[in-house]
Amino acid sequence: MELVKPSIGLIFWMAVSFSIILFLLKKFAWKPILGMIKEREQSIENALAAAENAKEEMKALQSNNERILVEARAERDQLLKDAREIREKMIADAKGLATKEGERLLTIARDNIQNEKMAAITELKNLVASLSIEIAEKILKSELSSDEKQKTLVNTLLKDVNLN
Amino acid sequence: MANKINISKHFLLIVALFFVTFTSFAYEPIDAEKHENAAEPKEQGEKAHEESTTFDAGKMILEHVADSHDWHMWGEGEHSVSIPLPIIIYSDKGFDVFSSAQFHHGHASFLGKYNYRLHEGSLVVFDDITGTVDEEATLKLTDFSVTKNVASMLVTMLLMLWVFITVAKAYKNNQGKAPRGLQSFVEPLIIFVRDDVAKPSIGDKRYEKFMPFLLTVFFFIMFSNYLGLIPVFPGGVNLTGSISIAMVLAGFTLLITFVVANKHYWRHVFAMPGVPIPVLIILTPIEILGVFLRPFVLMIRLFANITAGHIIALAFFSLIFIFGEMNTGLGFGVSIFSLVFTVFMGFLELLVAFLQAYVFTLLSAIYFGSAIDEGHDVHNHVDDHALEKH
Repeated sequence: MELVKPSIGLIFWMAVSFSIILFLLKKFAWKPILGMIKEREQSIENALAAAENAKEEMKALQSNNERILVEARAERDQLLKDAREIREKMIADAKGLATKEGERLLTIARDNIQNEKMAAITELKNLVASLSIEIAEKILKSELSSDEKQKTLVNTLLKDVNLN
Repeated sequence: MANKINISKHFLLIVALFFVTFTSFAYEPIDAEKHENAAEPKEQGEKAHEESTTFDAGKMILEHVADSHDWHMWGEGEHSVSIPLPIIIYSDKGFDVFSSAQFHHGHASFLGKYNYRLHEGSLVVFDDITGTVDEEATLKLTDFSVTKNVASMLVTMLLMLWVFITVAKAYKNNQGKAPRGLQSFVEPLIIFVRDDVAKPSIGDKRYEKFMPFLLTVFFFIMFSNYLGLIPVFPGGVNLTGSISIAMVLAGFTLLITFVVANKHYWRHVFAMPGVPIPVLIILTPIEILGVFLRPFVLMIRLFANITAGHIIALAFFSLIFIFGEMNTGLGFGVSIFSLVFTVFMGFLELLVAFLQAYVFTLLSAIYFGSAIDEGHDVHNHVDDHALEKH
């Protein structure tokens, strides 16, 4: 059978050329191609991993942001509350202080008035006393300016004494 | 594989059925008519032999499937157009190199160191005076001619070099980016060989050093299979269906297996661990035979599948001329069936072309894998093999 009879020439040529093409393709094709494919796969894998990482980070960042937002809101509320309290306290304090001061001033004024009144009364009393003494002196002087008058007086006085 | 052979068998059966059913009523052409119609296959450009006017399908098919010393393009006999190829002959007297055109399609002898002539497709020493083949002198010749198969092999290899060096350049220019053009056509195949053939059969760590061989074999078989399916030059040559080519490819697989094989592999061949000595006497010869049988089967499988594909396609076309010889109308009628079946077979062959490249590469990879398998425990040996398959 011609078909299944191996031919030495063909085997020789095939063996030689296959060795050559194996060498050539290994050196100039398979090595760079496989290398590049591997490199690219690696870079794609790295890129995917990086993307995944970024996603994770984003998620973490987002939750962080939310937390910060909540905290900020709480802080704002707190601040507002504090401010309100401070304001109320300040108003209350101011009111209290004003009342006290008014009262103090009133007391001082009242005391002063009292003192002035007392001084005025004392002076008035002194004045009245001295005036009374002066009047009495003047009366006495006029009453006792003549002998007759002195006799009348003594008579009058004696009359009263007789009655007793 | 068994599937493929079954299908081929079925088709032969269908072919046979054609013969049986049609001959019963078609076998009555008058002699004169027969001679008229006999000219038809010639006009159609098929190769009919000069001497006999009837169409010999077997001879035509074998001529197309077998190797030859010139690359036939079209036409037949004296009028055929073919590319002459260099004849290189080594004999006890030294080398002879000349063009195959000197033979005038086998009708003339060439006087070199011997008087050469083409006789039934092979190169012989011919005695022009007695008109007989000098068998004794013929044995001294070794034919190193660049035959149709060698030329086709070189075409395939040049194509491969061009394709893959271009692709390699594209990878350099296109570094780190998505593949483009030819690159994106070739890349899935390379990755397929790497991830689905090499890695599972050899192992993730050591597959790399086998990749160049596996890829070269895979693409060589695939390229020449597909080129063989193209009916016009430079295709149409039954290259991988040549036993010599298949033999060299399988020989490389065997050689590499021997080179990389470790102690573990040889111990399993010569003295299977855990097997009693009396059994070893039977088992060892079988194992040794198996070492050579595996590449032998690789060779036969590739050769038979591709040759069968070519034969079937040609057989369907032959039917047209066989029936055409009986009756012209019948010839036209059958041509419709032939065409449909040939197209169908063509599609099947497209699949087989890829499948054979895959199977050859896969089995080679599995042999390499078993040759470098370290093995673990002697007693676990069966389990190891079971694990390997997963």
